[in-house]
Amino acid sequence: MTTTNKRGFAQEVWDFFCSLKLSIFLLIGLALVSIIGTVIQQGPQREYLATLSETKIRLYSALGFFDMYHSWWFILLLYLLTLNLICCSIKRLPRVWKVVSEPVLVMDDNFEKSLATVKDLKLKGSKEELKERMAAFLRAEFAAPVITEKDGEYHLFAQKSPWCRLGVYVVHLSIIVIFIGALIGSFAGYKAYTNIPEGGSVSQVQTQSGKMIPLGFEVRCEKFSVSYYDTGAPKEFKSILTVVENGKPVPGYQSRAIIVNDPLTYKGITFYQSSFGQSDEGSLYHLTVRDRKGGAPVHLDARQGERVALPGGAFLSVMEATMDVRPFMRGFDGPGAQVEFTPAGGNPQPFVVLSDKYESFNAQHGGDLLITFDGMDQKFFTGLQVAHDPGVWVVWFGCFLMVVGICMAFFMSHKRVWARVTDSGVTLGGSASKNPAGFEICFDDLVEKIGKA
Amino acid sequence: MSSSMLFNVTMVVYMVSTCIFFAFLASRNKAVGLAGTYAALFGFLVQTAAIGLRWKESYDQGHGHAPLSNLFESVVFFSWTIVLIFLIIDFKYKYRAIGFFVIPFALFGMAWAQLGLDSGIEPLVPALQSNWLMYHVITCFLGYAAFAVACGISIMYLIRESMEKGGGNAQAGGLLSMFPSIRILDDLNYKAIMIGFPLLSLGIITGAAWANYAWGTYWSWDPKETWSLIVWFVYAAFLHARITRGWVGRRAAILSVIGFAATIFCYLGVNLFLSGLHSYGK
Repeated sequence: MTTTNKRGFAQEVWDFFCSLKLSIFLLIGLALVSIIGTVIQQGPQREYLATLSETKIRLYSALGFFDMYHSWWFILLLYLLTLNLICCSIKRLPRVWKVVSEPVLVMDDNFEKSLATVKDLKLKGSKEELKERMAAFLRAEFAAPVITEKDGEYHLFAQKSPWCRLGVYVVHLSIIVIFIGALIGSFAGYKAYTNIPEGGSVSQVQTQSGKMIPLGFEVRCEKFSVSYYDTGAPKEFKSILTVVENGKPVPGYQSRAIIVNDPLTYKGITFYQSSFGQSDEGSLYHLTVRDRKGGAPVHLDARQGERVALPGGAFLSVMEATMDVRPFMRGFDGPGAQVEFTPAGGNPQPFVVLSDKYESFNAQHGGDLLITFDGMDQKFFTGLQVAHDPGVWVVWFGCFLMVVGICMAFFMSHKRVWARVTDSGVTLGGSASKNPAGFEICFDDLVEKIGKA
Repeated sequence: MSSSMLFNVTMVVYMVSTCIFFAFLASRNKAVGLAGTYAALFGFLVQTAAIGLRWKESYDQGHGHAPLSNLFESVVFFSWTIVLIFLIIDFKYKYRAIGFFVIPFALFGMAWAQLGLDSGIEPLVPALQSNWLMYHVITCFLGYAAFAVACGISIMYLIRESMEKGGGNAQAGGLLSMFPSIRILDDLNYKAIMIGFPLLSLGIITGAAWANYAWGTYWSWDPKETWSLIVWFVYAAFLHARITRGWVGRRAAILSVIGFAATIFCYLGVNLFLSGLHSYGK
């Protein structure tokens, strides 16, 4: 009694995981819960958290909503889906495999009744002749037949693309392969980020979780440059990188340009152009100051924030500057600086100065002095995304399998034709795994051709 | 002649085509239905020329990129793909009444693009300077378009089904008489999704490949990625529902409409309401 109960329970669990209802429930459930993470900011920033109430923050963190796609319950749903599709496949694959590997060679009366498309043909000739004729016909027009003799009748069987029935299982397998690839990536790979100032180099990078990972070599940033379209929109971010190993530049990896959409890979570690910024250290700003009443212009050099004394007792400091003002000021180009000007005995005045091309613009400020910004020796740092993912090829293989599987499952049909040959004629039967209406046309076409043959 | 003029012509032709399809439902005259299809085909050809011309204009302006780079261009392309998928299904199955439920999607797209969106040709920002852009956008939008057609067909299904339940005037005549039977509508819905699902899968895969190539990560749960996966889940559920008892017909049609609503949110809602990696599509 207990054993039956146990088996009954096991059977119930098995049936539960094999059920298509579970698949539909999981797919729709995953779709619904996935919405949460697109509405609530993931890895939230302080500004975002400030907009939420205390209770909400506590609730969201308890439920894992701030890193929802890695929360235990989301991962659990993914595992359940995987388990579900494995069980479904195990349950159904043997049956389908049997259809593919052990086709029904003989169309008897019962089987004939189960077919939607059947046609009786009255043909002249002995059954041997008809058998040869039908075999040649099927070989030419459909597929090479298997001939079986049974109870004094000849049975011919021919089929096209039987393996396309396995397409569904190829898709299921592909999903498992993609998951495996993702797991390999999350355990054996890392995503990291690094900033390298121009002329500087790094030998380790920091992962998202804050761990430092040694690269095993050094990456030096020779130069970074950014260019803009006339509209002020960015055109290209470019870093010139050199890989240095054991103190020497690696041949082929010297002064390599990397841009967005064109990364650098060395020893399985890839460096992607991600961001950039102005390096605080080392920027030197050049300005020219001229008295409006005349006199020789004075050239000045200033570092960021440094208070520089001007002729006549005023002071000037450069707050920030750029070599190209187009992204910030429409209709202007060239270098520009945000400065703070303190007239002798007055209050500080912030304003923008541009190059000597815009004399009238610059003349709006500065009292007796005309200040122009000549440019700067600026240093950038380049921000690089660093990734090492040994699972990525497994993922691509999974994607390839998925495409192949979907094509097999959606666009191909297992077509079968049986012919029973007796002395009084031929009975033709057919079936297709998909698109019965389309197969009927193809079947009628065959029947018509036999009449003419 | 400019591409903008041709886009206007396209919009008018799609409007005319919609009206003809309505006249077809009212008149039940087969020739009228064929005229609706030819109007849609003409609009499609004009739109193809317009997209080609815009491409050329972008080269003339020195930018030189395929017209798939901002919201205006993507809406125009979406409407083009909807008509393309409609024409394929129309020529194959010849159920002209579907036109009245599908061409309006293309018409809305064109009208919105021409009247409400900035049509300037902008140079490509660094993130978009890649051949993957073409593969990714084309596969995604063909998939979206197939879902749009499936949604139109599902709406027909729901209308016809509820009318038949109500009084069964389908046989008696009226607008419904030109609708295919609910069995055929159910089948066409399935066929359209069979076109859309592989294309969406390819769109997600090419997107992942591109993301990996440009950023070093093929999946980062960005809202756009997540929503494309949500759409994929919904249609995967639809495909599994087909082989489950009780999920064919009405429920399948409702799932298809929900799927298209999710598709539209994935396409537009994410860009307009949420922030993320696809922000240039604004």
